[in-house]
Amino acid sequence: MTEQLHQVTLTVNGVTRRGAVPARRLLADFLRRDLALTGTHLGCEHGVCGACTVLLDGVPVRSCLLFAVSADGHEVTTVEGCCQTSGDLGPVQQAFLECHGLQCGFCTPGFITTITAYLEENPKPTEEEAREAIGGNLCRCTGYQNIVAAVLRAAELKREREAPHA
Amino acid sequence: MPDKHVGQPLLRKEDPRLLAGQGRYLDDLGRDALAAAFVRSPVAHARITDIDVTDALDVEGLVAIYTYEDLPDRIAEPLPLLIPHPDLTHARTPHCLANGEVNHVGEAVVMVVATDRYLAEDAAERIRVAYRDLPPVVGVSQARAGDRLVHEDVPGNIAARSVQENGQGDAHSAIAAAPHKLTLDLEIERSASMPMEGKGVLAHWDADDRTLRVHSSTQTSTSVRLAVAAKLGLPPDRVEVVTPDVGGGFGVKIVHPWPEEILVPWAAMTLGRDVKWVEDRREHFISSAHERGQQQRIEVGFDDAGRLHGLSVEIWHDNGAYVPYGIIVPIVTSTQLLGPYKVGAYRVEFTSLYTNTVIVTPYRGAGRPQGVFAMERTMDAIAEYLGLDRLAVREANLIQPDEMPYDQGLVFQDGRPLIYDSGDYPTMMRMIRDLVGWDGFEAEREAAAGQGRRIGIGVAAYVEGTGMGPYEGAHVKVETTGEIVVSTGLTTQGQGHYTTLAQIAADVLGVAVADVTVITGDTRRFKYAVGTFASRAIVTSGNAVAVAAAKVAEKAKRIAAAALGDGIAPEDLELGDGVVRRKDDPGSFIDLQTVAVLSNPLRYAFDEAAKAATQFAAAANTGDEPGLEATGFYMPERSTFAAGAHGVVVETDPETADIKILRYCVVHDCGVVVNPRIVEGQVHGGVAQGVGGALYERIVYDDAGQLVNASYMDFLIPFSTEVPHIETAHMVTASGVNPLGLKGAGEAGVIPTSAAVASAVEDAERGRGATEQGLAIRRMPISPSELYELRKGRVHA
Amino acid sequence: MKPPPVVYHGPDTLEEAVRLLAEHGAEAKVLAGGQSLVPMLNMRLTAPRRLVDVNRLDELAYVRSDRHGVRVGALARHADVERATHAFETVPLLRQAVRTVAHPTIRNRGTTVGSLVHADPAGEMPAVLALLDGEVLLRSERDGERTVAAADFFVGPMESACREDEVAVEAYFPRPAGRTGTDWRELSRRSGDYALCGVGTLVRVDDAGAVVAARAAYIAMGSVPQVVDLTEAAADGDWSAAAESAADQLDPEDDIHASAEYRRHLARVLTARSLKASYEAVAP
Repeated sequence: MTEQLHQVTLTVNGVTRRGAVPARRLLADFLRRDLALTGTHLGCEHGVCGACTVLLDGVPVRSCLLFAVSADGHEVTTVEGCCQTSGDLGPVQQAFLECHGLQCGFCTPGFITTITAYLEENPKPTEEEAREAIGGNLCRCTGYQNIVAAVLRAAELKREREAPHA
Repeated sequence: MPDKHVGQPLLRKEDPRLLAGQGRYLDDLGRDALAAAFVRSPVAHARITDIDVTDALDVEGLVAIYTYEDLPDRIAEPLPLLIPHPDLTHARTPHCLANGEVNHVGEAVVMVVATDRYLAEDAAERIRVAYRDLPPVVGVSQARAGDRLVHEDVPGNIAARSVQENGQGDAHSAIAAAPHKLTLDLEIERSASMPMEGKGVLAHWDADDRTLRVHSSTQTSTSVRLAVAAKLGLPPDRVEVVTPDVGGGFGVKIVHPWPEEILVPWAAMTLGRDVKWVEDRREHFISSAHERGQQQRIEVGFDDAGRLHGLSVEIWHDNGAYVPYGIIVPIVTSTQLLGPYKVGAYRVEFTSLYTNTVIVTPYRGAGRPQGVFAMERTMDAIAEYLGLDRLAVREANLIQPDEMPYDQGLVFQDGRPLIYDSGDYPTMMRMIRDLVGWDGFEAEREAAAGQGRRIGIGVAAYVEGTGMGPYEGAHVKVETTGEIVVSTGLTTQGQGHYTTLAQIAADVLGVAVADVTVITGDTRRFKYAVGTFASRAIVTSGNAVAVAAAKVAEKAKRIAAAALGDGIAPEDLELGDGVVRRKDDPGSFIDLQTVAVLSNPLRYAFDEAAKAATQFAAAANTGDEPGLEATGFYMPERSTFAAGAHGVVVETDPETADIKILRYCVVHDCGVVVNPRIVEGQVHGGVAQGVGGALYERIVYDDAGQLVNASYMDFLIPFSTEVPHIETAHMVTASGVNPLGLKGAGEAGVIPTSAAVASAVEDAERGRGATEQGLAIRRMPISPSELYELRKGRVHA
Repeated sequence: MKPPPVVYHGPDTLEEAVRLLAEHGAEAKVLAGGQSLVPMLNMRLTAPRRLVDVNRLDELAYVRSDRHGVRVGALARHADVERATHAFETVPLLRQAVRTVAHPTIRNRGTTVGSLVHADPAGEMPAVLALLDGEVLLRSERDGERTVAAADFFVGPMESACREDEVAVEAYFPRPAGRTGTDWRELSRRSGDYALCGVGTLVRVDDAGAVVAARAAYIAMGSVPQVVDLTEAAADGDWSAAAESAADQLDPEDDIHASAEYRRHLARVLTARSLKASYEAVAP
């Protein structure tokens, strides 16, 4: 039995990417294997851990619960796309660095994407809101405290970077 | 550049790469490798009567199917017993693939190799294995009963029975003679390390070179290398094991060789193709190691002040279906149970029991959470019995600073005497008292009660043996580019070794941390190491890096002295700011980079800098071996003992029995701190796992031996919304057993959490007035449902 | 954990979707948000031969409100329902409950109508539909459109009245009549987990503040959402007594997270708290 392949075209991190995939290929596997964007990680493949979170048209979704073929025609942002165009770290990534918001780094990409989208919605969260905002992602290393701090720091960095230059 | 990097909260060197999505974890490698999947036993205990692969043969992309029958001699033999012990009289280890019998759900039965993982799973799903069920042994009680056997040639399911006494007389007599006695029956349930990345193996066989390269998500690449070489019959030098970025370990990845670590390389050699296996979450639940499950009986004798005269502990430890890692966990429980206390005459006996469940090997804390639970529940029970303050009872039993080093009179898990090298426990207890607000708590309790709220406070202390041997090593090299390369054989799983080991090397060599590159877990770069576990990495490897770097510094001074001429002796020189300079004339110096060039006397110049080292230009030869590099080892005489105390305030909902942590405080002493930011992060992470172990996480088997919560939906790792803010305070009592004064910090946070939370919940549930009794928590973790059940049992006068 | 092979259909119109199900319904599953279906596929707990992906039916991505109630199209995500201010103003219970469905990232993709068809007895939205006496609009090639009332829609655990040849097109959540307060609350082990017990209540009062109607709906308390009429029991405003009466009518089960008895106890506690909150929201 040969599986039928479907042509898909996605905009990934701003770049048009094409591929031919079996219907069952998960978006996460498409990104990791077909596009070699291995920053998106699979931690549970049942939608709980959040390591695979990417932005679909700007909105955080689990890429382990989405077929690549369903994402055809959509825009996807991965952790690689959260860097600045210069390749330097984006504000959320920079905040994680400054706040020691990661240890093994495996869950981190899902936090980066989730927080990137969150700060668009709520640019100035309180500490409690920051803790709530990351409430759907599992981290086994940090105990979350420094991630909460990183959310607040990222908001600050983002405001600084986006402020009109004097 | 600060004078000293050790002690600075430097940002981590490894982070930019990991944050940009440029980490390289196991599954990020070998994109074109064949994929392996396994047929795993769906039953807990059975004989295999037939394996029918017919239906799998039409799966497109299928490459190979292997059963036990296909395995050659050495691979067909049971996996090694890694840590033999005289008391481990009935050791049984698993086979790579089940040999006719399965002993737990998840045991590997058939290996499938296909062109990708989807197809490998398709084939695995079509393989029919017929089982004849045998009665399963599930849980400690059933194992103790002994009427059903896991291994028919192991009577009573007893793998090991071990007794230790501390040489202070007969514990039972001491208890009998004491003014007061108590008995407690305790239980801790199963949990698991559960790193976010599962295990994984990628193997590449170079037939021309007859070299095998194995990538494994392991905590010990050097040991995997030796194990793979032995099993595959290859000379160790033909086997390279590389640990890429590892998505967390917490103990489960110290076990080796996992069956897959043998089977995947073997398949790669057999097929002449790269083969990769990436464990999925369900596989991790049902076939990777668990920990914690124990029953304990404690008998204690004490006086009116709550001072212990004698302590007798019996432990029944569930070791799962096999014991490849020996009996380390119950040994740690039975020795580390003592904590910072003097207990009088001590006797501990443990029985390590087989059950038809996944193997039990160290998970962060490694038997200590159970031991601390036993000791601290005992302290609380004594306080309750005598009507004394719980902290006062603890303080009455503390080892005093002037008694250090303190010999507990037992043999520790490293086979060495359990001698605490340093520590100041009275100060530690004072600090936690202040930090958690112990003295003012009664007022808080009353205020809360006035609002109809129940709050409680708890405390627990521990001592943790860290930095055990046998050794670690490091190679330090100054490249001719000026880059310093530090290679250590141990692996890293997020502890920040790329930064902390660089801090140590930078201080010895007088360079910037930015100039130091650390390489870990790659046997091509460093072959001799033990592994990253038991809070040992920074102690052992950190000291080894210091030794190797010091050798490099001495060599640099010799070469620089020769190059500077002018009668300068190496002793006249020092390293700093990236140069070797005269102590009395810092303006007279030579770049370390140039010294590196000179260290390799050349006949041929390959670039401009190299000209300086050619034969007609080179400075006088010092007689040193070429290269500004050195290898150093550190072999501790024995473990070094870190300590800490946690204080916690909880609120229990009077109606729903929901339990919420309001305040969590940690006092932590890990000796000299290399990087306080990283240590604090380790503590946070440990506490979060401790909170999981106290209130959320448990591995649940049903009576048939099915693991009923093998998913993140039902195995409740805390989210950010369940982990409290953690306040930390540090104290430093330098280790007396290693030159840098370091103690380990990796496991600390998780160790006393269950004990502290139990104490606080019990306190919140304290009876009010004469009409209501309190309740006793004897089992952890505790859920709202269980607290509700305990409340029902409370006697109302 | 990779899903089994499957034949994919990605219809662009509802007609096409309905036609595909007429032809293949017996061996097809409708894929909407996929937040329940895909985990089951990944774990190979289900293996439909075909998937009919309705994610291109943009015309069904709506949340519409009028003075009678809120209509939620098949492709409206939970997050759309949560954000729609008009829906909150019309039927506050929708937002009160949908916020407790899993975590935001799951709500970004999961659909409200999909969760109704999935009919998980631990799901929030089925209980909301049941409490409000809502209905689901189904469409098939054979029968065209039909409407099924909530009371008939939830047939058993993970089993709804939506046939295999039908697409659930829309859910209708009517606005409660008169002066009615609602409340949703639940207790879960971790924030975002399935609830150990969840309860939604609705209390209608007259201008004098007397209770004229009271109802509660429960999740995780039986094989389908349990709706209990408490009008009589709550008539004199004794919420505890009403809660007691409700709890007696529930039949929860033990699982690894909670005993049946504890769940019943929770139902009692949460019902009393919820009735009180519903009442206070509208009491004069």
